[in-house]
Amino acid sequence: MSATSTAALLEGETGAWELVVGLEVHVELQTATKMWCGCSTDFGGPANTNVCPVCTGQPGALPVANEQAVADAALLGLALGCDIAEVCRFHRKNYFYPDLAKNYQISQYDVPLCHDGRLDLDVTTDEGEQVTRRVGIERLHMEEDTGKSLHVGESGRLHGAEKSLIDYNRCGIPLLEIVSDPDIRDPETAQAYLRELQAIVRTLGVSDARMEEGSIRCDANVSVRRPGEELGTRCEIKNLNSVRSLGRAVRYEARRQIDVLEAGGEIVMETRHWDEGRGVTETLRRKESVTDYRYFPDPDLVEIHSSRAWVEQLRARLPELPAASRARLQQAGLSAEQAATIVAGGLLALHDEAVAAGAEPVAVANWCTGEVTGQLSSAALTPAEAGLTGAHVAELVALIDDGTLSTKLAKDVLAGVIEERGAVPPAEVAEQRGLQQVSDEGELQGIVDEVVAANPETVEAIRGGNDKAIGALVGQVMKATRGQADPKKTNELLRAAIEA
Amino acid sequence: MAADVTLTGLSASELAQRLRDREVSALEVAEAHLERIAAHDGVEAGGDEWVARDADALGERDVHAYLHVTAAAAREHAADVDRRRAAGEELAPLAGVPVAIKDVLTTRGVPTTCGSRMLEGWVPPYDATVTERLRAGDLVALGKTNMDEFAMGSSTENSAYGPTRNPWDLGRVPGGSSGGSAAAVAGRLAPLSIGTDTGGSIRQPAALTGIVGAKPTYGTVSRYGLVAFASSLDQAGPFARTVEDAARLHALIAGHDPRDSTSVRETAPDVLGPLREGVEGLRIGVVRELAGEGYEPGVERAFADVLERYERLGAEIVEVSLPHADYALAAYYLIAPSEASSNLARFDGVRYGLRVDAATAEEMNAATREAGFGPEVKRRIMIGTHALSSGYYDAYYLQASKVRTLIARDFAAAFEQADVLISPTSPSVSFRLGELVDDPLAMYLNDVATVPGSLAGIPALSLPAGTAPAPDDPDAALPVGLQVMAPLLRDELMYRAAWALEQDLGPLAAPTGPSALEVA
Ligand SMILES: [Zn+2]
Repeated sequence: MSATSTAALLEGETGAWELVVGLEVHVELQTATKMWCGCSTDFGGPANTNVCPVCTGQPGALPVANEQAVADAALLGLALGCDIAEVCRFHRKNYFYPDLAKNYQISQYDVPLCHDGRLDLDVTTDEGEQVTRRVGIERLHMEEDTGKSLHVGESGRLHGAEKSLIDYNRCGIPLLEIVSDPDIRDPETAQAYLRELQAIVRTLGVSDARMEEGSIRCDANVSVRRPGEELGTRCEIKNLNSVRSLGRAVRYEARRQIDVLEAGGEIVMETRHWDEGRGVTETLRRKESVTDYRYFPDPDLVEIHSSRAWVEQLRARLPELPAASRARLQQAGLSAEQAATIVAGGLLALHDEAVAAGAEPVAVANWCTGEVTGQLSSAALTPAEAGLTGAHVAELVALIDDGTLSTKLAKDVLAGVIEERGAVPPAEVAEQRGLQQVSDEGELQGIVDEVVAANPETVEAIRGGNDKAIGALVGQVMKATRGQADPKKTNELLRAAIEA
Repeated sequence: MAADVTLTGLSASELAQRLRDREVSALEVAEAHLERIAAHDGVEAGGDEWVARDADALGERDVHAYLHVTAAAAREHAADVDRRRAAGEELAPLAGVPVAIKDVLTTRGVPTTCGSRMLEGWVPPYDATVTERLRAGDLVALGKTNMDEFAMGSSTENSAYGPTRNPWDLGRVPGGSSGGSAAAVAGRLAPLSIGTDTGGSIRQPAALTGIVGAKPTYGTVSRYGLVAFASSLDQAGPFARTVEDAARLHALIAGHDPRDSTSVRETAPDVLGPLREGVEGLRIGVVRELAGEGYEPGVERAFADVLERYERLGAEIVEVSLPHADYALAAYYLIAPSEASSNLARFDGVRYGLRVDAATAEEMNAATREAGFGPEVKRRIMIGTHALSSGYYDAYYLQASKVRTLIARDFAAAFEQADVLISPTSPSVSFRLGELVDDPLAMYLNDVATVPGSLAGIPALSLPAGTAPAPDDPDAALPVGLQVMAPLLRDELMYRAAWALEQDLGPLAAPTGPSALEVA
């Protein structure tokens, strides 16, 4: 792996092109209250229930900065290797839009809270090569979310709507904007950047970072140039609803720009809309006349002073970051893929607890990335919501090891534990539901004898050298024990009976 | 019961004393003021809520200080104060004394218009912190007072609901933008009132109506619920007919508020304790730049008389300079409109107030703002929008902010040489209704002496300092105001200096003259 590895160039009719991408990511913080008022940030409530004079911009209402949000923002900045500004302030970004209650957004302008960070990404290239790429973070700043407009009418869009309804529940929820340097040279790195940012945000617990719920959003600035030349004119791509659409959109846009340039055309600076269904980007609005937001320092808010001591306190609170977690898991013998799945899947705590409870890391990883992930995702639960602990996983692994459970039975026991939301541990679930293996020789011997007696032809075939046919007899024993027979013991007893 | 008309002539402190001594009930005090409002203010009296008559239905002798009178609520509150006093409950010092509130502070359940069509009929869902504090102090709110639209103006003629008249001469303006609150106190329609001051909107009307009006140190009175004109300058403050009354009201409304980020955390200065300490040995600075050209001779004569008095009282008069004061007005008229252009963006017809329907949200927005805002508000929004525009920001807003810093430094230096600074509050006495409405620049000059202190955030007040003739009427005797400015968070010094002069000048004159409001 090398940090300087260069991305593949894109081939055009007239030679090679280099793709240049910078990403702007918005993260909604999961603080208990909004950025400037005491309203709840709960998602999905009835329209206009989490509102007050402040977040609906009533005349005379004033904002007060949420200190938790500032701390969360700084924590993410530190995780991204940023410097924290000793003094920063809020500006007003002035523009009229109905879902913006004050018709200005409180944001940061000349001095963001965090600046000059970086993110190192492990990327698998098209050729399957593993490389590390570093993407610079220009800035991370704080702002507030807007409300949501619902346009009632045929088009479903603002223009042509019969009427518009506005829900201000989201208005004033703390929002972070993270702006990368234009360091990204291929779609895979863009995707890795977004995934890694998501993982870091979740590890810090500052946001659930769900793209489908809009708690993390990504816009891509895309341009192409001849290798080594000045940056080309960029287009901003919006409406990227998944990591996958980010990759598709960047790939499409790069090709579109190359085609335009090679046909002798020019790229116009504009905002383009990604159409997921059709797989194309389309002009949303031209940026010829740049919107003048008339930024100026918000006189309702005071400067934020970040003392060195406060920053160091925050730094001390930083948990192990995803990259370090993955490295640690790989050292414990897990594959890179397993390590990535465990970290990205929010299973690290579960894994670490199980190992701490004495289970073997690889066995735990196999369970975590396999059955645990499968069952949790089909039940749409997190480990915590399912009541599943590392101790449960360790117990399951131990019950398999000592022969109490077969792998198949263990899966049923896991389902039972999840059903009981962790209130009943695996051994008890197995007991209560009669899921233990039948390894009692006396009981099993009787069943084996019956099966051997009932299948003389198969027995003969095995004696005649068709060893595989024993599988059919094992199956019969399993059927008779409702799957609970210890397969190893069954095999032993069958062979003994056949050879007798 | 028959209302005692003489009650309306008493100061707040005198009323409070009589209420404490149970010589009079709070209900009688409220009733006396309501009766006077009904007789002289041009409201539709009767019923629970009295509303000011339309501008064209107002008489030439109607003061029109109030836009909305909460008669029933006032009676109810007063009766409640009386009940609790009778029950032996410990009450706040001013409990039962009436107060009027400028219509720019939100009052839960009571319409708040900011003098604008834009907010006609808007009933705020919450109380301003100042409103809450008045209530907590058991002051009986009589109603909401007229003002220049969104506090932009110096004569109250920019109100969408018609101008307020000066009780000293009903053909003249009471100043602005808190003209309604000033006229209410000067006209004995309330013993106390709340105004707001951005560039002089408390001090100048106090001067023109012959009462006391104070702008506290910026950040010592919460702005929560004060509908913003220019956030970095707006500050609510008291109007009263005596310095002591003003200090009492000041003490009641000041204090830290966690809902206002710019609220100072220090305990608000004790303005009452040192009130009577006198001025002996106090260094009083005369600001060289706040005199001379533009100041009416009558105003300058009254000011000279004040200097003699202070000298006689043992103060040390020193001359100080605010070298950048000449740029203050220009800086103010960039900073305040810039902030206003953003603050007033929320009036878009979407959530509250006026809405003029149109095909699209954008057109509805434009039509609403076109219909809802008056010419002065539009002028300032345009000036502010321009000053913040890219390509002009550095030359206008940023440059003005630098001037502001220099002026604050000028004051800091001046306060090395003097404990308080004084100047005329306004360069002129009250002018005639309509006289300056078509000349915005001449109107802006009313603020020339008050704006420097606003930019520096320092406390400043105006108190009556005699009378002077008007340029258009040599026989008139109209009030002249003296401005006293103090260092940041030293509000008590200005009250101390003002109290000493008030004692020397003797009892406050009531409005007199052929065109004055009759005062019993
Ligand atoms: Zn809220």
